[in-house]
Amino acid sequence: MKRAVTLPARLAEIPWVMLLPLFALVAFGAAVLHSAAGGSMSPYANSHLLRFGVFAVMAFVMWRVPREWALWIAYPAYVAVLLLLIGVEILGQVGGGSQRWLEVGPIRIQPSELMKPTVVLVLASYFHTLPVAMIGTWRALIPPAGLMALPMLLVLLQPDLGTTLAIALCGAVVLFLAGLPARWFIGGGVAAMVIAPLAYFFGLQDYQRRRVTTFLDPESDPLGAGYHITQSKIAIGSGGITGKGFGEGSQSHLDYLPEPHTDFVFATMAEEWGLLGGIFVLLVFGIILRWGLNVARAAPDRFSRLLAGGLTATTFFYVAVNLMMVMGLAPVVGIPLPFMSHGGSSMMTNMICMGGLMMVDRWNRQSAPLSR
Amino acid sequence: MEKPLSTNNLKQTFDRRTFVVGAVQGGIGLLLAARMGYIAVAENEKYRMEAESNRVNLTLIPPRRGWILDRNGSPLASNRADFRVDIIPERVEDVEGTVTMLGELLGFGPAEVQDLRDKLENAAGFSAVPVASGLRYERFAAVSVRLPELPGVVPQRGYSRYYPTGPSVGHLLGYVGAASREEYEEEPIPLLVTPGFKLGKDGLEKQFEQRLRGEPGARRVEVTASGKIVRDLETRDDIQGDAVKLTIDGPLQDYAARRLGLESGSVVVMDCLTGDLLCMASMPSFDPNSFSDGIGRVEYQMLSENERVPLRNKVLKGLYPPGSTVKPMVSMAFLKAGLDPEETVFCGGGLQVGNRRFGCWNRRGHGQVNMAKGIYQSCDVYYYHFAQRLGMDVIAPMARRCGMGQTFPLPVVSQFYGTVPDPAWKQEKYGQAWQPFDTVNATIGQGYMLANPLQLAVMSARLATGREVLPRLLLEGTQPGFRHMGFTDDHVHVIQQAMSDVVNGPGTAGRARLPIDDVQMAGKTGTAQVVGLNISDGRSGPWKYRDHGLFIFFAPFDKPRYAGAVVIEHGGGSGAAYPVARDVMTFLFDPQKGLEALHRLEQQWGGTAQERLAANYARYAQEAGIDLPPPPDPLTLARQVDAEARAAATEPDSAVTGAITPRGEANPVAPGTST
Repeated sequence: MKRAVTLPARLAEIPWVMLLPLFALVAFGAAVLHSAAGGSMSPYANSHLLRFGVFAVMAFVMWRVPREWALWIAYPAYVAVLLLLIGVEILGQVGGGSQRWLEVGPIRIQPSELMKPTVVLVLASYFHTLPVAMIGTWRALIPPAGLMALPMLLVLLQPDLGTTLAIALCGAVVLFLAGLPARWFIGGGVAAMVIAPLAYFFGLQDYQRRRVTTFLDPESDPLGAGYHITQSKIAIGSGGITGKGFGEGSQSHLDYLPEPHTDFVFATMAEEWGLLGGIFVLLVFGIILRWGLNVARAAPDRFSRLLAGGLTATTFFYVAVNLMMVMGLAPVVGIPLPFMSHGGSSMMTNMICMGGLMMVDRWNRQSAPLSR
Repeated sequence: MEKPLSTNNLKQTFDRRTFVVGAVQGGIGLLLAARMGYIAVAENEKYRMEAESNRVNLTLIPPRRGWILDRNGSPLASNRADFRVDIIPERVEDVEGTVTMLGELLGFGPAEVQDLRDKLENAAGFSAVPVASGLRYERFAAVSVRLPELPGVVPQRGYSRYYPTGPSVGHLLGYVGAASREEYEEEPIPLLVTPGFKLGKDGLEKQFEQRLRGEPGARRVEVTASGKIVRDLETRDDIQGDAVKLTIDGPLQDYAARRLGLESGSVVVMDCLTGDLLCMASMPSFDPNSFSDGIGRVEYQMLSENERVPLRNKVLKGLYPPGSTVKPMVSMAFLKAGLDPEETVFCGGGLQVGNRRFGCWNRRGHGQVNMAKGIYQSCDVYYYHFAQRLGMDVIAPMARRCGMGQTFPLPVVSQFYGTVPDPAWKQEKYGQAWQPFDTVNATIGQGYMLANPLQLAVMSARLATGREVLPRLLLEGTQPGFRHMGFTDDHVHVIQQAMSDVVNGPGTAGRARLPIDDVQMAGKTGTAQVVGLNISDGRSGPWKYRDHGLFIFFAPFDKPRYAGAVVIEHGGGSGAAYPVARDVMTFLFDPQKGLEALHRLEQQWGGTAQERLAANYARYAQEAGIDLPPPPDPLTLARQVDAEARAAATEPDSAVTGAITPRGEANPVAPGTST
């Protein structure tokens, strides 16, 4: 509170350490989208900023939510999103073909996206109520596993393997942080290694299998499925250290780069801004995620701790998978880059995570006002 | 490791595990940074080039091919601008749809659509498959507009090779076509697989490929991933290939080819003073114009099934027993060996050698025969008799010195040697001793003896001039100094006079006399037997059993300027050959008279060689049941090296003066030699 001279108390409570880099990243994202649209604010950059504005308001609303409310809403929210997922499934069955979203007026909601923070919330809530002594027993594992499995199954039916894995990993991180015995995770890892090849051969759709094989050797099919990875690497690699300059990226402007404004927005950026732009993006994500983990560590109780840790993991999962994909370290799965890719659903999910973290941060300050 | 669980413990576990999670996150962050640094810095060069090769599309512009000119500077092969459409098979996504749509746009019939489908099926993938050329602008534009739906289809403005006199120069010049896989492997440069690029496939086109080819132009354009051109970056014009100027006299070549008419044969005419080959006609032939887009199935079938082998250049690769055309050469050998030309032998229609009797062609006999009569009456007994006395060792070296069994330093793909037999040759080849009848056969140009028409023409030139005339095909404008053959002038005169008597005297080819007052042609007839008398009499019956007709000649007889040879395959005897020689030489000295004769004949034959070829093709295709496109419009350029052009240009001169100037400066030259 020493520096409260410069800022009113209310403003000082706002976590600027995360927000200022975030604003910078979103602005940078808008600039990249401006270029990806061929040097125009529409159609991408405009709506990108607008969405960010709307969801920022939402995050600030969340920021004010007291802990009790959050605890109270966990299960109802989980059930609601689960119902939405079922609704998607039913609509898909009726409409024929796979569908991942619900349309409410002009807004398209992708319930599977909403499910990621919701799973974190409900798991944090579950472990909050679970007696401490039971953390090594089946009750620490089976009910959370059920809570995770239900939405995973529904999302897998859509079919959306990427989001299924995202839910699984976010949940796993919460379980891990909740203190479940380490040997369970080791056992789970071993089991995954056994199951993965089986799943590859029997569980995956043909197009998914091809993605994995071409990821392992993109040059084997340079004009087919490996095209995305190859072109993305060309875009990043040709950018060099300082990039080709704003609006000068040939890979994105001449349509060699697929999805230059959504999944491959990082490649679009890297082509024009080079390694420096890439380092900037990585740094901002580093700052935000580090802040998230700090919030988790500083949290006063199990619920808020696990909530903050899980939300951080959710955002991290987006960033890591997307960047690994565009750099050719992971197969092509349709996961956008938070705060930079053009797209409402991921913006919403990640802003929910940010809002949740801000909320926990506020709780921290309330419980230990002098902790800083 | 079991510890009592408490809230505090869990908090510690949480802190530990957050640290692990944070470390993993940081680790992945570092991994990503390192990966990006590796891609963007270490591999920057590679990816920069790949981005550039994505962005920039380099299109080669096939160079305009150098012209092939005749000795007067008129084009025997030129280029004409046209619109063409090619397909690059490996870029085609939907072959069936593309073929169907192209067929509609270009107005193809079902047969042509099938042809295109076959071509695409057999295509190597990398190289362009020609769809159509010489298109009208509307059709070309129709394809261009639909390009977005037709990936792999390349419409372009270009040039196609054009041979104004078509079949007349087919064997001499060869033809051009898209590079084959083998040619590309031999010379793996991008130009060879550029749509519209053609290289020489045969004849002089192949021989002078590098000189005619020129430098390709290039067009660098920025393209989108879907191939749409964003903007032109840079265009470099092509450099046309160098012209090749031949000694060939275009009109004479055309005339000779057409004069051969329905026969299968060849005509060679050369300049005795320079060795310039004025004409090397071989018929029947193919139309190189229609070969440049690939040889159609129907056409190839038609040509290869023809027993007159239109695909063989008979001037260089037709080998025939020279028959009696060797007699002047044998006579010269006798003279060199010291035989008195006035010494006679009695011909009673045959000669007994050992226990065999060799007949003269004239069963009734020639009576007393000296050398001159031996030549102009072609008396076989005279040669049997003296060859027995003087031996093959006198004749064979002379044959070789006159050019038989030799090849000449010409820029041709291949030429055949033929055979000059002698005892050593026979021993090696057959392991048998030379027999008296071998000598008998050789003296009348039969038996093992084989020669091609070019060798016969050279022999004629060397005997006529007494100099070692060497044929040449590239116009240099220099006067080569040919070595003396070592003949005395008297000897040369004996041969000249005797050969003149063949035509102008009491000889075997009286009808070969030139219808020109002050030019007398000398010559020698030959009839080469193909099969024995027991199979055919050589004059009638199946075509392939008839005798070859040969004629060697030079003119004027006393001051030889031009020499040549005519061979008519299975013409039924020399009577088929010397009228051709007469008309060709008439044309050389008086184009108008020559043409009158030709036009009369062509009326009987049903058109010029080109017209008959087209008609043949149509008939053949009809039988094969395939619709044909209408023949292309005759092009004005065609008139500049065809035989009529010369007559039109020289008519007034010859009518007024009557004096013959064999090389007329009035020879037409193509106006506006631009491509």
